[in-house]
Amino acid sequence: MFDPSSIIVGLEIGTSKVCAVVGELSADGALNIVGLGQARSRGVRKGEIIDTAKAEEDVRHAIVEAEQMADVEIRSVYLGVTGGHLRGFNNRGVHPVVSSDREISEEDAQDVVKNAKAINISAESHVIHAIRQHFLVDGQEGITNPVGMLGARVEVDVHVIHGNRNRLQNAVRAVKGLQLEVDDIVFNGLASALALLTNEQKELGSLVIDMGGGTTEYVVYANGIIKHTGVLAVGGDHVSNDLAYGLKIPLGRAEQLKVDQGSALLDDSVKGQTLNYSTDLGLPLKPVNLEHLRRIMSLRLEEIFQLIGQDLEQAGALDYVRAGVFICGGGARIPQVAKLAEQVLRVPASIGRTNSISGLKSALDQPEFANAIGLVKFGSFHHRRRAGAPSFAAGIRGVLSGIFKRG
Amino acid sequence: MNTSAQTESPAAPKKNLSVKVFGVGNAGVGILDLIIQGGLPGAAFAAVNTDPPTLAVTPACEQVSVETRLLRGLGTGGDPERGRIAAEEHLPKLKSLCQGTDVVFLLAGLGGGAGTGISPVLARAAKEAGALVLGFCTLPFACEGGRRLRMAQQGLAELKAAADGVICLPNQKVFKFIDENTSVVETFKITGQLLADAVRGIARLLAHTGLIEIHFADLAALLRDRHTESAFAVAETMGPARSREVMDKLLAHPMLDGGQVLGESDAVLVSLMGGPDLTMAEVNRVMEQINRQCEHAQVIMGAAVDESFRDRLAVTLIAARRASGEVSEQAASTSGADSLEVQLLSSSTSSRPGSRCVPPAPTLSPEQVEQLMARQTGRTSRGRNSASRMFQGQLPLEIISKGRFDKSEPNIHKGEDLDLPTYARRGVALN
Repeated sequence: MFDPSSIIVGLEIGTSKVCAVVGELSADGALNIVGLGQARSRGVRKGEIIDTAKAEEDVRHAIVEAEQMADVEIRSVYLGVTGGHLRGFNNRGVHPVVSSDREISEEDAQDVVKNAKAINISAESHVIHAIRQHFLVDGQEGITNPVGMLGARVEVDVHVIHGNRNRLQNAVRAVKGLQLEVDDIVFNGLASALALLTNEQKELGSLVIDMGGGTTEYVVYANGIIKHTGVLAVGGDHVSNDLAYGLKIPLGRAEQLKVDQGSALLDDSVKGQTLNYSTDLGLPLKPVNLEHLRRIMSLRLEEIFQLIGQDLEQAGALDYVRAGVFICGGGARIPQVAKLAEQVLRVPASIGRTNSISGLKSALDQPEFANAIGLVKFGSFHHRRRAGAPSFAAGIRGVLSGIFKRG
Repeated sequence: MNTSAQTESPAAPKKNLSVKVFGVGNAGVGILDLIIQGGLPGAAFAAVNTDPPTLAVTPACEQVSVETRLLRGLGTGGDPERGRIAAEEHLPKLKSLCQGTDVVFLLAGLGGGAGTGISPVLARAAKEAGALVLGFCTLPFACEGGRRLRMAQQGLAELKAAADGVICLPNQKVFKFIDENTSVVETFKITGQLLADAVRGIARLLAHTGLIEIHFADLAALLRDRHTESAFAVAETMGPARSREVMDKLLAHPMLDGGQVLGESDAVLVSLMGGPDLTMAEVNRVMEQINRQCEHAQVIMGAAVDESFRDRLAVTLIAARRASGEVSEQAASTSGADSLEVQLLSSSTSSRPGSRCVPPAPTLSPEQVEQLMARQTGRTSRGRNSASRMFQGQLPLEIISKGRFDKSEPNIHKGEDLDLPTYARRGVALN
């Protein structure tokens, strides 16, 4: 039915759910989401797989569901990765221009990027992304394409995201165990940012915070490029755990209370209120103090935003955030979370919408799916690039037709 | 007897602060020996024990044997109550020993009979004689048994109530310093040496006129009742890169757990000591790093200059924190109404975790203040401990668990474990 090469699948193995999104790339290059499958995740903690068998089973469920909805066979996926071991930093590469006329050639531009990507990191680290930022020609900043300019020295900044090789491989192996190919691994925060941000927002400067179950990823885009990325291995699970500990209730109940009664802000109206619940059999459960619940929750969320704020401040990235903060992931479901983010980071904040993909059904426009949709979008960029490059056969054909034309 | 003549020796630099170091019990006397061997200019020494034989071998300046008929020359037999009774009997003698001294350092190993029993009495005696009292004590190893530990903690509570400040080193911590082959004698020597370093560091800090001074009041406020454990580290470096090296050395100190202790502590005192060539940039560099390590702590800093420290830099750091050990300490007060009173009426400023909302100080007219002061001093003069303010005891029965993250990789961020509930780490009370 479909040309298999135009099907792009994004797979996120998250702490709370496994989510597979199927996208179809039409001939004119438009991306359309045609399927989605999800399953509750049981084998993941803090974004990393701790039980391979369970994780594989969950991935299989999600993939099967997505296949059924999209009516395609999924052969390969773009896999989202995260975890507390991921690090992002900026690196600069330098290249002297040696040609006699001092004109920067295509090769110079490629060389300088290659230099910038030669990073001194430990042997067990694996570079997930090395994303080009801006070029500098003789110290002049903000050049997007130096080819054809004159200069003696060309430099480039790249943003490098790397992580522990073995821990990254765990996720890849779980997917490969299901006879699926992995096209590429993608940092989850980057994928979410791709799904949420429009070009203007990337240009103006935005912070995307993806609050997942086990981890919180954040990415700063400014002037159209990635300025800063980071991961905190703290997420919704921690909120539930805090509640279970603080209110002395079982974890399952804490999870339920978080969803039903949670809020990011503590307001005066809940002072001294208690919640009385009973089991299905009518037996009363331990009453829960709503004020305490909200306080525990708001302190944890406040701390997450504070830690992000501190990190951005240290990296000098907070000043670039002018378009605002966009929150996605399950954490975006918490009432008033945007308001809290606004208070802590002192930048306008809102819930992110995956509005940058055309033809998206409103049912899919949920903050939880931003990540998987972003993975599909990342895949579509790769796909187009691959399609854009002339194939060997096309190259031969071009050469031949050239000869004939000349003749 | 009056010892001020001895202590005001010309060696005491600048300030005429007379310091007297007391070693109490076997352990205390042992530590005192180490200090005397190492030298502490401008201080007088005295050894107090129930055991005449140990006193005979120490080179301490003054030797006091709190011998009673009750003990029959056999020591206390590990019973603090006997130690206390013996000390009470000799109270006037102890008091006269402290006469004319400004600061009394009290060294003791808690958990035995003499140290645990005598030191609170001696602290009280010193206070009544008008001296400021700072206790340095060790808690027993875990392998010494629960009973000793309980006694030690009870003794610690009593000592805290009586002294202005207590620095406490749980012996268990010393395991980080030793390896498989370290002998018992050496191990005890290490604990002794650690406490001796602390004494020397604090004496230095009090005795020298600082560029940025630390007053004894600061020190006492820091140490008073705040904690059961304090970590202290002393580091010394030489040469042009001294300020950078000193921080590395300090953070590598086993007592500080790679800086983790600093992140967890809620009060930190830093004293820098350098020669006249100490630059502001160096002080700044050290303090900046320390401040970065302990964001949540109240940091008190001091800097002093000594001619003999030319080209050298010594940093003494004391970090105090509310520890989990407080649980047993507060719950331990069971023997007799006397110790209960100590618990309830200790001079503490409440050891509860600080609330976020601090009520404003009550506005009082000068007459009211006077009245209050009079009432307080009145109580002390009635001899009901040296304590004055009431505080409501709280039973800290919670043990912080990490729940579902128990077995996962810990999430350490600037010395804080992010897996623990935020409210618990910040000490927000839920009631």
